[in-house]
Amino acid sequence: MISTFTSGERQGALIIAGAVMLFGLIMAVAGHADPMGVHGWIVLLFGGATAYAVLRAVYDPAPQEDRALSYYDDPTKVGLVISLFWAVVAMGMGVWVAAQLAWPDLRFDAAWSSFGRIRPVHTSGVIFGFGGNALIATSYHVMQRTSRARLAGQISPWFVLLGFNLFCLLAATGYLMGVTQSKEYAEPEWYADILLVIVWVVYFILYIRTLARRNEPHIYVANWYYLAFILVVAILHIVNNLAVPASLTGAKSYSAFAGVQDAMTQWWYGHNAVAFFLTAGFLGMLYYFLPKRAERPIYSYRLSILSFWGIVFFYIWAGSHHLHYTALPQWVQTLGMTFSVMLLVPSWASAGNALMTLNGAWHKVRDDATLRFMMVAAVFYGLSTFEGSFMAVRAVNSLSHYTDWTVGHVHAGAMGWVALITFGSIYAVVPLLWKRATMYSWKLVEWHFWLALAGTVVYVFAMWNSGITQGLMWRTYTESGTLAYSFTDTLVAMHPYYVARAFGGALFLAGAILAAFNVYMTIRRAPAKQPERDYPTSSEATEPAVPVAE
Amino acid sequence: MIRKLFSPFARLFDLHARTHYRAERHSMALTLGIIAAAGVGGFVEIAPLFTIDDTVEAAPDMRLYTPLEQAGRDIYIREGCYACHSQMIRTLQDEVDRYGPYSLAVESQYDHPMLWGSKRTGPDLARVGEKFSDEWQVQHLVDPRAVVPESVMPQYAFLLDTPLDTASLPDRLAALRTVGVPYTDEQIANAAKDASGQARPDTEAADRVSERFGEDTNIRHFDGRRDRVTEMDALVAYLQILGGLTDLPAQSQPPRGE
Repeated sequence: MISTFTSGERQGALIIAGAVMLFGLIMAVAGHADPMGVHGWIVLLFGGATAYAVLRAVYDPAPQEDRALSYYDDPTKVGLVISLFWAVVAMGMGVWVAAQLAWPDLRFDAAWSSFGRIRPVHTSGVIFGFGGNALIATSYHVMQRTSRARLAGQISPWFVLLGFNLFCLLAATGYLMGVTQSKEYAEPEWYADILLVIVWVVYFILYIRTLARRNEPHIYVANWYYLAFILVVAILHIVNNLAVPASLTGAKSYSAFAGVQDAMTQWWYGHNAVAFFLTAGFLGMLYYFLPKRAERPIYSYRLSILSFWGIVFFYIWAGSHHLHYTALPQWVQTLGMTFSVMLLVPSWASAGNALMTLNGAWHKVRDDATLRFMMVAAVFYGLSTFEGSFMAVRAVNSLSHYTDWTVGHVHAGAMGWVALITFGSIYAVVPLLWKRATMYSWKLVEWHFWLALAGTVVYVFAMWNSGITQGLMWRTYTESGTLAYSFTDTLVAMHPYYVARAFGGALFLAGAILAAFNVYMTIRRAPAKQPERDYPTSSEATEPAVPVAE
Repeated sequence: MIRKLFSPFARLFDLHARTHYRAERHSMALTLGIIAAAGVGGFVEIAPLFTIDDTVEAAPDMRLYTPLEQAGRDIYIREGCYACHSQMIRTLQDEVDRYGPYSLAVESQYDHPMLWGSKRTGPDLARVGEKFSDEWQVQHLVDPRAVVPESVMPQYAFLLDTPLDTASLPDRLAALRTVGVPYTDEQIANAAKDASGQARPDTEAADRVSERFGEDTNIRHFDGRRDRVTEMDALVAYLQILGGLTDLPAQSQPPRGE
């Protein structure tokens, strides 16, 4: 991989790795009495490992061929492998935390293994580790192919990918040591947050510079979504993580906001982490890989415009539906509810656009599990956005909020939509990237599909049942006007559902392990095949002056 | 008829598609468009919360967390208690009947960050303060299932053996003052001494705590251990003050039937 670097780029990479090591050393020394010191050592080792990888190849001959004639796929390959690694780790953590709720003694009595500390390892691991790496890797792939141009930079794609993974590593290890801001899905402390800002700015510059090289007058719709993902996540991350560290030698910091303002900022962030991390980015994946795999053009260009701008504009308003009936002023709650309901229009426009694209290719959906992953993902996207709008209605929310119904809803989205579209895209892209004829085993893909679907359905049904049961029990009165059930009564009623949930999660995890194995074997064993015309070309087609009529 | 009704929209839609067709050739047009479209909602919903005065009620009796309570709050965050316990009683009858008067914005005025929570695997804790004795809280944290057999809460016995780090408390209070909590210089300077004083009744240091933070401050051996100040002391001190920072909710919400 380093062999495609010029000697100047090798030096540049070494300088960056050295700077990372220096920062690590400073953190380790300054924070020696604090978890920050441990993080310092992790940063130091991470920088050291990178420097070692570069040094091993530093005297290799410089690249001879013209790099602009080929796509730059090394970072994409590594990103996909790391993504699968995080999938197995984070989903494994998920099964463990789920099991702890059914059998609390599975905690094994260590300080680091309590539910409160490992639950964020699961959530961040899935969202950022699995989802984030898949997004970065596929965005590299998609922006090159749709622009027909090579990535604009040799070091920066690696900087983004590795820097992001250092962030994920600091996040996950931090939670185990109790380093957390307590803001859901934004738990990492201030120095990790600063690292992410730097990484994200480089990511944006890389994206814009690659688009500037494109051999295609138009920017394809998948890239709009990736761009929205990069931009808005940056805004959300910076604002929500504004904080003052208690000292520069320790991890602890205090949020700049308090009480009601903090609650609104947090859920403005939290809901739009769903919108722009877990929706926009993955819609980018969907808009590229689904039509590509089905070999059908996107059903409607206009529908994709409508849904894109609808999602970008409406989603931002929806966060306050997390705060119905709280001390947040009523007008903000009402705005959040209203926009959440309106959001159904662009969401279903996207889901419908994806499904209509499959018209004429349904026989492929039947035969090809990879395409079926993407189709079912679009269906779950439609279902969970409908459920989300429904739950944002104040009256429904009074029942669903604080219960497992919310957990079920999130997992319908995360497992049914985000994970399935990611696995589908991985199965579609891995043979191409490693120049293989097919995946190692189509039967394993088929097994994975049914395990994942069964796991999702079991999980979601268990959580619907437990959530609605608990919500109803909380509000049940006896005839004499007193509450009918104590809190522990509701807890006892949850137990069978918690067992079922852990089982559903285990099925899903088993599927992810099969995927990791299948990808590994594809890289090692599958027969080679040179892909056709997979290199940057200049545009030959004359473009129509107006959009094609539909 | 329907076609006629929709024709103005169709034209608008057509115009939109043509405009977009031109704009999508420019990455910066997309960039600025995305920032503008995504910026509106957040600005309209968040900015007024800082400027509209009645967003947060006035509570003259509102008091601050003592250093020991703040240390307990930091432990509550460290252990991720917020993942299963909310601190926000909604304005619903069954919640008021179960947990007490609904939460007011002023109660979390000094909470950086707020801990309203999003999931109740365990019950709400907004008014748990003084509902149970210190002994009950300690025993429940050490072994939840010894007190509540059905509980699925993790054990936190190690808190009882971990001495509290008080040395960093002045820095912590100073950072909190930077973000808006009105601690005085004296309170910040003596934060470490006050933290251990609050867990050692009948000492000189304990008297200083009530001078600096008010006569109503709980000063007790929260964890039952007299030999040293532990993280258990801090966490229990924090739990026992939840809902007790101001009397406003009880005053403004008379009990049902009166």
